[in-house]
Amino acid sequence: MKKKKKRQLTDTNTPFAKVLLIPSLVGVLVFFVVPSVIVVYYSFLDNPISKNFVWFENYKNLLTNGAFGTSAKNTLLLSFTAVPASVVLSLMLANLLDYNIPGRSMFRTFFLSPMMVPVASIVLIWRVMFHQSGFANRVMTAIVSDGLHFGDITLIPPWTEIDWMKSSKCLVVIVLLFLWKNLGYNMILFLSGLNSIPKDLIEVASLEGASKLWSLVHIKFRYLSPTFLFVTILSLINSFKLFREVYLLTGDYPYQDLYLLQHFMNNTFRSLDYQKLSSSAIVMALFMMVIMAVLFWVENAFGKDVEE
Amino acid sequence: MKKRLRPSVFGVNKAIARVNIILMTVIAAISAVIFLMPTVLTIANSFMAQTEINANYGAVFSAAVDGRSFVSKQVNLKFIPDMVSFDQYITALLKSPDYLLKFWNAMILTIPIVVFQIFVALGASYGFARLTGKLKEMIFFLYIILMLMPYQVTLVPNYLVSDKLGILNTRLAIILPGIFSPFAVYLLTKAMRRIPKAYFEAAMLDGATEFNIFTQIVMPMVNSTLFSVAILLFIDYWNMVEQPLILLKDEAMHPLSVFLSKINTGDTGIAFAVAVIYMMPSLLLFLYGEDSLVEGIASSATLK
Repeated sequence: MKKKKKRQLTDTNTPFAKVLLIPSLVGVLVFFVVPSVIVVYYSFLDNPISKNFVWFENYKNLLTNGAFGTSAKNTLLLSFTAVPASVVLSLMLANLLDYNIPGRSMFRTFFLSPMMVPVASIVLIWRVMFHQSGFANRVMTAIVSDGLHFGDITLIPPWTEIDWMKSSKCLVVIVLLFLWKNLGYNMILFLSGLNSIPKDLIEVASLEGASKLWSLVHIKFRYLSPTFLFVTILSLINSFKLFREVYLLTGDYPYQDLYLLQHFMNNTFRSLDYQKLSSSAIVMALFMMVIMAVLFWVENAFGKDVEE
Repeated sequence: MKKRLRPSVFGVNKAIARVNIILMTVIAAISAVIFLMPTVLTIANSFMAQTEINANYGAVFSAAVDGRSFVSKQVNLKFIPDMVSFDQYITALLKSPDYLLKFWNAMILTIPIVVFQIFVALGASYGFARLTGKLKEMIFFLYIILMLMPYQVTLVPNYLVSDKLGILNTRLAIILPGIFSPFAVYLLTKAMRRIPKAYFEAAMLDGATEFNIFTQIVMPMVNSTLFSVAILLFIDYWNMVEQPLILLKDEAMHPLSVFLSKINTGDTGIAFAVAVIYMMPSLLLFLYGEDSLVEGIASSATLK
């Protein structure tokens, strides 16, 4: 009896812990792992009924498919605009709240609140803002009401009367909505990262004669590097979800620049083309894994001497 | 370095610091207005009558104009209605049952996912926090990979399995994969790992069973993480668009999030009121649990 108790104290691999893990494991196996394996298998077949093995035929077809190419390009362009903007601006917001300004917690609440507003509830206002005769254009026209006057020359700036949703400017509208919704969350992540930096380290550095810029790059950024990694990955995933915003703003048929991977997937689901569906899911999964591996590698190289 | 100790320069530094703070506060205030404006405007507009909406936004929602009322060519943003009217709410809540039905649809998709995902995740994260070994590490890594995959990837396996189980086009096709989604497991495992090992050992020495430890030590200590996970899950699934579009062909079962994008061509006034009704549950949750939410987000700040 006594011996058993002693074993339990050092060994945390109790049957109880194992049993509690089972429901989740079964669910993940049934709903994610097993079907994913089937998806991989399907991606190598000519179709799910005759089951002829065609190796990379589906992948070849997919990569030469114009619609997939366009949607991938648009999604990447959107992500590569939204993610860096989101990382930089949320770091700035976090630094702002890191100052001892009055009403910090109130500002925190304000910055965080968009996250709790469903996209569907806010698209109406977004349409009002970015319609051709909407508020954004009105503000811009007001700033430069009848052009800029330089002596006799009148310049009518090109940015008035933009039809936001039906031109290449639609990217701006979607990125702004993305930033509005996600900056608060990322700001909290950065604030927690800033809190983890030992204050005495920065003080010592400044006593040793280090400039503010030096401590920013060599101390703050290094300590923040795991947070940078996390915010980047999170923003990347969220930017892949931007279909939601695009769909709610423009419906099934958006302007061509906003034809995203999810639109492509929806259309493929409609025709139930299993080969295309499975191969594109695999391509995207591989792409995400490569991006994350690169990000992890960069983070490891940059923040390696910082212990958690 | 010695300069710093001279009082006059010290005073200048202080003055600079004060100017800095004022500048920062101004920037923060401007940002706050930008962050709040869309939400506040939506709420303000929901208290305007249809005629006032037409007058202000007729140019945008041209389908809503009947030809009789005044329509301004430009959009007017108004924070205060000319006349406060509850008409739109009355129509949305009492006269057209469609909106309430779609609201209810959103509820019966979201609530089971949140409740059961947390239930399943509590067990799993206890397992992950207590067990050791290579196999466990590998499984947890798999959970992280799954968590990081976008919908475009996971929807295909979801569709496949729902088809095989015969639950395609039923709510279960969304709810079941939702329940086993690894997000809650990940956050709760991190919270449980932060509990010092000594607590477990002391409890065991005092003769507590593993079940007692789980319910009386671990549960109270992850309470605030639990709450923040619940809020995050709620807002995520309350927002869902992709899953119903693909897994639920029957539009009658679609949640309000999908439906809202379709009503605003005709009844813009009602759309604002419904938009406000739709944001209420998550906004109330936020106001009620902001502190634990922030704590929960902050504790998730790294992947390790």
